[in-house]
Amino acid sequence: MKFWRQPGFWLPLALVFLWGGIVLVLKQDTIRETTFTVMMFMALASSLNILLGYTGYVSFGHIVFFGLGGYTGFFLISEMGWPLYPAALAGGALSGVIALLVGLAVLRLRGAYFALATIGINEAARAFVSNFGPFGGATGLFVNFSAYEKYGGAGQALWTTFTFLWITTLVVLLVSYLVKHSRFGLGLQAIREDEDAAMVMGVQAPRAKTITYVISAFFPGIIGTLYFFKNGNVEPGDAFQLHMSIEMLVMVMLGGMGTVLGPMVGATAYQGLRGYLLTSPIFKDLHLAVAGLILLLIILFVPAGAVGWVRGRLPALRRVLE
Amino acid sequence: MMILQVQDVTKRFGGLQALTDVTFDLPAGQILGLIGPNGAGKTTLFNVINGVYAPNKGQIIFRGDDITGMPSYEVARRGMARAHQVVRPLHDLTVRENVMVGACFGREGHSLASAVQKADAALAQVGLSGRADQPSGLLNVAQKKRLELARALAARPYLLLLDEVLAGLNPTEITEMVDTILKIRDEGITILMIEHVMQAVMSISDRIIVLDYGQLIATGKPEEVAANPQVIEAYLGDPEMTARLMAE
Ligand SMILES: Nc1ncnc2c1ncn2[C@@H]1O[C@H](COP(=O)(O)OP(=O)(O)OP(=O)(O)O)[C@@H](O)[C@H]1O
Ligand SMILES: [Mg+2]
Repeated sequence: MKFWRQPGFWLPLALVFLWGGIVLVLKQDTIRETTFTVMMFMALASSLNILLGYTGYVSFGHIVFFGLGGYTGFFLISEMGWPLYPAALAGGALSGVIALLVGLAVLRLRGAYFALATIGINEAARAFVSNFGPFGGATGLFVNFSAYEKYGGAGQALWTTFTFLWITTLVVLLVSYLVKHSRFGLGLQAIREDEDAAMVMGVQAPRAKTITYVISAFFPGIIGTLYFFKNGNVEPGDAFQLHMSIEMLVMVMLGGMGTVLGPMVGATAYQGLRGYLLTSPIFKDLHLAVAGLILLLIILFVPAGAVGWVRGRLPALRRVLE
Repeated sequence: MMILQVQDVTKRFGGLQALTDVTFDLPAGQILGLIGPNGAGKTTLFNVINGVYAPNKGQIIFRGDDITGMPSYEVARRGMARAHQVVRPLHDLTVRENVMVGACFGREGHSLASAVQKADAALAQVGLSGRADQPSGLLNVAQKKRLELARALAARPYLLLLDEVLAGLNPTEITEMVDTILKIRDEGITILMIEHVMQAVMSISDRIIVLDYGQLIATGKPEEVAANPQVIEAYLGDPEMTARLMAE
């Protein structure tokens, strides 16, 4: 079956395409900012899902790739005068290379050991960057306003950044679908279900896992660059926030791990909830506790997440809700 | 031609000597039965042969190549497939997708499209065609055993390792499975099978080897092995087994 004839292939892409397109037509700053945040988490959660959902490996410290890639891209823009696009791609590439090196060591670990190791990597990266002179140490880096001039001023630069994020999100979703429905992806799913049995059937698990880790690290590196460029500065406290990692996990689990649509649904729902909690005076300081609680409830009662649950109940919708 | 040569294989788990100097050859095209009491080291021998564990000592030669210490996926690609004692279906995948894993990553390394056909052929061969679209978690024990077999067959192996594929089956299911195994042999696939169901293994094996406490204590034609006093003694701890063995 050809994938472009499948409704499940088009649905996530069409939703994001329309959403981003409408925002670009409306041209309103507040809508752009809200959408930027939701789409950023969609793309981050989808990247994480390529590893978590397809191979079953829980990367608890995945935000490290957002941080390191973001720092690198930001450095290239603010200190080296690179344009945004190549800088963001370089940020992604750096995250990919780090994942390759780190992956060779930590992907041998399974289950909780792997999850713990990824937290360690995030903390090590934070400590390193905080003491790394070229990245500005603990104070971080600031972008010179002249960098925005290239894009027609700060206001226009924000729209350019948004457009790039929109395209990146579409690419992540495309890659997620293609990985899932490829021979390579079948091998990953076999690893997720039973790694030893998969290897006995000929799946080259070490290689497949490393490639997947690199893919799932590449996109957060791009997204990090866009995010920090939009903010105008980057510092260790913003780049390596473990709670963002946990929120990414919640989004994937909420929407449904191992599905293409799930992380999108999860990111949108979680951001909506979060927006509500942050404005409510009682919950303002509790949103992380709520995130933890949601995670617990999902794992206990709906481990398949929203999309997985619907797919299980209504098999007729399986080809639509991938 | 010898498809498999196992030479002086020793495997230890900490202080436990699971295999001691095991040596045997397997000519292509035959069915070799591997029997022995519980805990004798049969499954461990499979694990060493197909690369799940590296032996502490000794060599495994497969189709003339030394494969000792190779990872299990490399051994699989060279044409050795295995059905596990504890069935391990990939639960979230459908029955067909499970078998496609074998076709995609086994010896012939099919693309997804051609793997679908290979998977359906393997499912037909083991009589599971009707279940192809079900999640594999929903199968009963007998069907899961057939799924294990189909996955291994879809890899189009030269050598098939079967670990107790008859265990837990009722007499009718055993007869069906034995028929399937004989047909596989007739296609030219060599089979090494671990089995506790004596009557079946005695009737279909060309030769039998017997493992006891990690050592090979007998090898020969089924009737020779059944009459071997050492073999009978090995099973003495298990009176029911002994009775069944003597009844042959
Ligand atoms: N990974 C392992 N670590 C430690 N000990 C092991 C391991 N695998 C097997 N053993 C031990 O090695 C011995 C042989 O086990 P094995 O599973 O090979 O026996 P078996 O002949 O297949 O038995 P059964 O007929 O019950 O399946 C047992 O004592 C078992 O406990
Ligand atoms: Mg065993």
